[in-house]
Amino acid sequence: MIDEQLEKIRVDADSRIKGASSLDELNTVRVQLLGKKGALKDLLKGLKDVPPEDRPKVGQMVNKVRDEIEGSLKARMEAMQNEDLMKRLEDERIDVTLPARRHKIGHPHPNTAVLADVERIFTGMGFEVVEGPEVEKDYYNFEALNIPANHPAKDEQDTFYITKDILLRTQTSPVQVRQMEAKKPPIRMIAPGRVFRADEVDATHSPSFHQIEGMVIDKGITMADLKGTLKEFVQELFGKDTKVKFRPHHFPFTEPSAEMDVSCFKCGGKGCRFCKGEGWIEILGCGMVHPKVFEMSGIDPDVYSGFAFGIGLERIALLKYEIDDMRLLYENDIRFLDQF
Amino acid sequence: MRTSLNWIKDLVPGLDAEPQEFCDAMTMSGSKVEFYETFDKDLKNIVVGRIDEIKKHPDADHLVICKVNIGDREIQIVTGAPNAKEGMLTPVVLPGGKVAGSHNGEKTPGGIEIKAGKLRGIESDGMMCSIEELGQTRDLYPEAPESGLYEFDTDSGVKPGDDAIEALGLHDTAVEYEITSNRVDCFSVLGLAREAAATFGLKKRFPEVHEVKGEGDINDYISVEVNDSLCKRYIARAVKDIRLAPSPAWMQKRLRAQGIRPINNIVDITNYVMVEYGQPMHAYDLDTIKNHKIRVARANDGETFRTLDGQDRQLDHDILMINDGEKPIGIAGIMGGENSMITDNVTTMLFESACFDGTNIRLSSKRLGLRTDASSIFEKGLDPNNAINAMNRACDLIVELGAGTVIGGVIDIYPEKKEGRRIPFEPDVYNRRLGTNVTREEMLSYFKNIDLDYDESTNEIVVPSWRQDLINFADMSEEVARFYGYNNIPTTLPKGTSTTGKLSYKMRIEKIARDLAQYIGFSQAMVYSFESPKVFDKLLIPADSPLRKCIEIANPLGEDFSIMRTISLNGILTSLSTNYNRRNKSVRLYEMGNIYIPKSLPLQELPDERMTLTFGMYGDGDFYDMKGVVEELMERMGINDKIKYDQNSDRPYLHPGRHADIIVRGQVVGYLGEVHPLVCRNYSIGERVIVAVIDMPWIVKMASFDKKYTGIVNFPASARDLSLVCPADIQAGDVEEVFDRLGGEYLESYKLFDLYEGDRIEKGKKSLAYTLTFRAKDRNLSDSDVNSGMDSIITGLAEKGITLRK
Repeated sequence: MIDEQLEKIRVDADSRIKGASSLDELNTVRVQLLGKKGALKDLLKGLKDVPPEDRPKVGQMVNKVRDEIEGSLKARMEAMQNEDLMKRLEDERIDVTLPARRHKIGHPHPNTAVLADVERIFTGMGFEVVEGPEVEKDYYNFEALNIPANHPAKDEQDTFYITKDILLRTQTSPVQVRQMEAKKPPIRMIAPGRVFRADEVDATHSPSFHQIEGMVIDKGITMADLKGTLKEFVQELFGKDTKVKFRPHHFPFTEPSAEMDVSCFKCGGKGCRFCKGEGWIEILGCGMVHPKVFEMSGIDPDVYSGFAFGIGLERIALLKYEIDDMRLLYENDIRFLDQF
Repeated sequence: MRTSLNWIKDLVPGLDAEPQEFCDAMTMSGSKVEFYETFDKDLKNIVVGRIDEIKKHPDADHLVICKVNIGDREIQIVTGAPNAKEGMLTPVVLPGGKVAGSHNGEKTPGGIEIKAGKLRGIESDGMMCSIEELGQTRDLYPEAPESGLYEFDTDSGVKPGDDAIEALGLHDTAVEYEITSNRVDCFSVLGLAREAAATFGLKKRFPEVHEVKGEGDINDYISVEVNDSLCKRYIARAVKDIRLAPSPAWMQKRLRAQGIRPINNIVDITNYVMVEYGQPMHAYDLDTIKNHKIRVARANDGETFRTLDGQDRQLDHDILMINDGEKPIGIAGIMGGENSMITDNVTTMLFESACFDGTNIRLSSKRLGLRTDASSIFEKGLDPNNAINAMNRACDLIVELGAGTVIGGVIDIYPEKKEGRRIPFEPDVYNRRLGTNVTREEMLSYFKNIDLDYDESTNEIVVPSWRQDLINFADMSEEVARFYGYNNIPTTLPKGTSTTGKLSYKMRIEKIARDLAQYIGFSQAMVYSFESPKVFDKLLIPADSPLRKCIEIANPLGEDFSIMRTISLNGILTSLSTNYNRRNKSVRLYEMGNIYIPKSLPLQELPDERMTLTFGMYGDGDFYDMKGVVEELMERMGINDKIKYDQNSDRPYLHPGRHADIIVRGQVVGYLGEVHPLVCRNYSIGERVIVAVIDMPWIVKMASFDKKYTGIVNFPASARDLSLVCPADIQAGDVEEVFDRLGGEYLESYKLFDLYEGDRIEKGKKSLAYTLTFRAKDRNLSDSDVNSGMDSIITGLAEKGITLRK
């Protein structure tokens, strides 16, 4: 008798749960079946008419049906919730091609971008990055670099003078001297900075530009080390396939001196407009530090040796970024700057 | 420096390199070739022809028909050349041949091919040429007509059928070198031939010079007195019975290849010897020299002198002069005088081969504004021992060319003979410097090739006087490196003590600041350090401002680049102006560069170079955005002190009501504000511009990256809102000062959430509303804790006339 009723409730519950079309309706079903005044509770009221020995069995049956109904309800509810979520997500579909809302980030100057690369490479090789004054003494800019008074190189460099003894440095080389005076070897340094020469402004000249000076001093430093270090540098900067060529040259503060060419990184050496068809691009001057320069800075040239080099920062920036007019670097048009 | 390749090949007989190969090798051994020009590159199949007959063209008035003998046959050529005449010898391009360009001197790369064809119906089997069509100019071939065919001198020995390119000396290549200032010896054909021989490992054959005995005695013609040590050596010889004539073809060819126009035998000899030996010579008309006397002495201050180009020159006591018995006749080493120059009537001349102090010549030439071929060589500081070789060579050539009769005897005043130098031979030292293993024998062979002898008994290298640049082991190691080959030196990395790669602390701080500026949306500008003094006026800086005490450049490129900036605003404003005028919208720039503050003027010591970070923007953003930039920067630098903003500072370039000095720990570290509209107008910017300027040395000093975790407090905060009515002249800072002073230990933070000025409030007043947050680190706050803070604040505010809004 009671089991017939139970079975009826179970079948009825099953069809109503399946038939519910909303969470609300499902809730109503729950209350009507399992609530305080629900069908199962009603049924349990009739338990008093069951003989005591049968009661545990009947109780078990009722519990089983209730568990079954609860399970169905839960499953149905989760399915419905899931369905609702899916629907909402579908409604929330957006046009991902609409414009982004950006926090506009500024850009470094191309000189700074290249310098950061150069600094990264040299600090990785144990070089310290240092600075020196831009308004400099004649002594440091010339004399201590083996360019005595009346040396023709002083004319060649078109120096801006402030007084007889004070000038705008024409090169970053004076930082070498200041470092040698201030420190004991071993020294490995690069000194980037602004330099000045009396060149009229045009597409390839500027009266103010930047150099990066480099110097290594230790016992047993050779010209082979100079070649190796600079080769490592340019291959890191321009790519592993970059070839280097050293040509003899003359600088008063190095001996032997050289100019270094790199295989054109645009055409790989076949010849193009960047290398003027030569396949090679002149990139820097370098050499073994002149013993006189050591002596003037108080370093014994019989004990120590070293090499030095000077790189034109703008030259590298112009080449690397294919900028065809140096004046762009100092105009600061935002449409130019934002490309770096 | 330029040399004819043929000339070099004559001096180095085994040399048969092609021009490109020659140039590459020379560059790699230290004589850098800038470029080369092969004269016959675009010339082909050009012979000497003789016009045997000229007939009128039946159908064209300006054309004629020529029968031209080209040696093995006669051909017919139609020409429009105005100077064609019978018997004339002229260059003829045969069909299939090429010329380098057209009459007007315009060159065609690759040349122009000439074909047989008809001109107005008449067969023409080639073309007769002008010098321009051969790629040359009348400057070097002055005998060529202004317009028309080049005519060979019938006495020159050329005949029909000869190679005309050869006859004109155009089977040659001119090589242009960039010789560095230390290699004085290479400003000569012989010097470069020596380098070429060594580069290719070949023997050289230099002219053998000796003293021409001559006739008579020089002392009957001239006496020389040198009164100044600026003259290192003075050699004089005399030549009589001068027979001026064109120099021979071989000499003319060489001079032309050097880019020198042949004039006459005497001038040509001096030029020839100058390029061959690198020793300028001068020739005086001996008959103009008074009292048979040459005196070398300094000029008097204020004296004027007319040089042979007809210009009057202002002299001074540092200029060395060549004088005769009465007066100056030449500026030593720079230019001769009009009063003693060789003219067509010369019969006897004085030849001078001298050596002067290079620096003096350079400075004199600069002061005079007169740079000549001679001065540009003398100024390098010549080897006085070379002067006699040049004199001997010149006299040899006088004899060889039959240009005159050399007088016997040489006057040679040479007070202090310059000796060569001896340098210890230290092969190990050279190898250690280079990182090589070159054998001593190999090294000695390199040295021998450039005429450096080895004295085995003393183990020394004997360096001749012309190599003044070789002084010590470093120089010798370069000689080894050059001929061993720079590219044969191995590539290694430095060994030895390792060092730490890093940026200096200052540079690190500057990099952090740059990165932050970019992150906030500012792009980096770069501007010049020097600018115009007019900038001060543009920025409304008063006449007595210390900012105007700036460093002036003694030799600026112009007023616009004449002073070192003492304030950074001009650069950023100029850049913003460029952007504004190019219609770029909403621009944000920053710039990091030095300003230069002199410690005293005129400059006694180096100035204070202060790295300055300057922000500038127009478009989106106002004062408070820029204030935000400043505070982000301070936070990033670990400067957590309360920043004070002083609005009463004197910044005439900024909006008087919208600017403030930035004060940290009592120190002004910068300023910010809206740029004064009159300044904007001076920079043609039609929008409000906001700037901030940060004095980086203070930031470097104050920055701190020592961070310590202080824990996160989990006890609840207690927030109170405070709505205030204040007199209009009270600033938020005044209110906040009260919060800071009286809020008590639990006041954690406060935030302005409303600011109102308007109709709904009493006139002359404004309303500020804050949320104040209280919190204890170790417990829950009670109402009384918060109330005591609030009460103190309210009392404090009341003292300033600030009341609670009802």
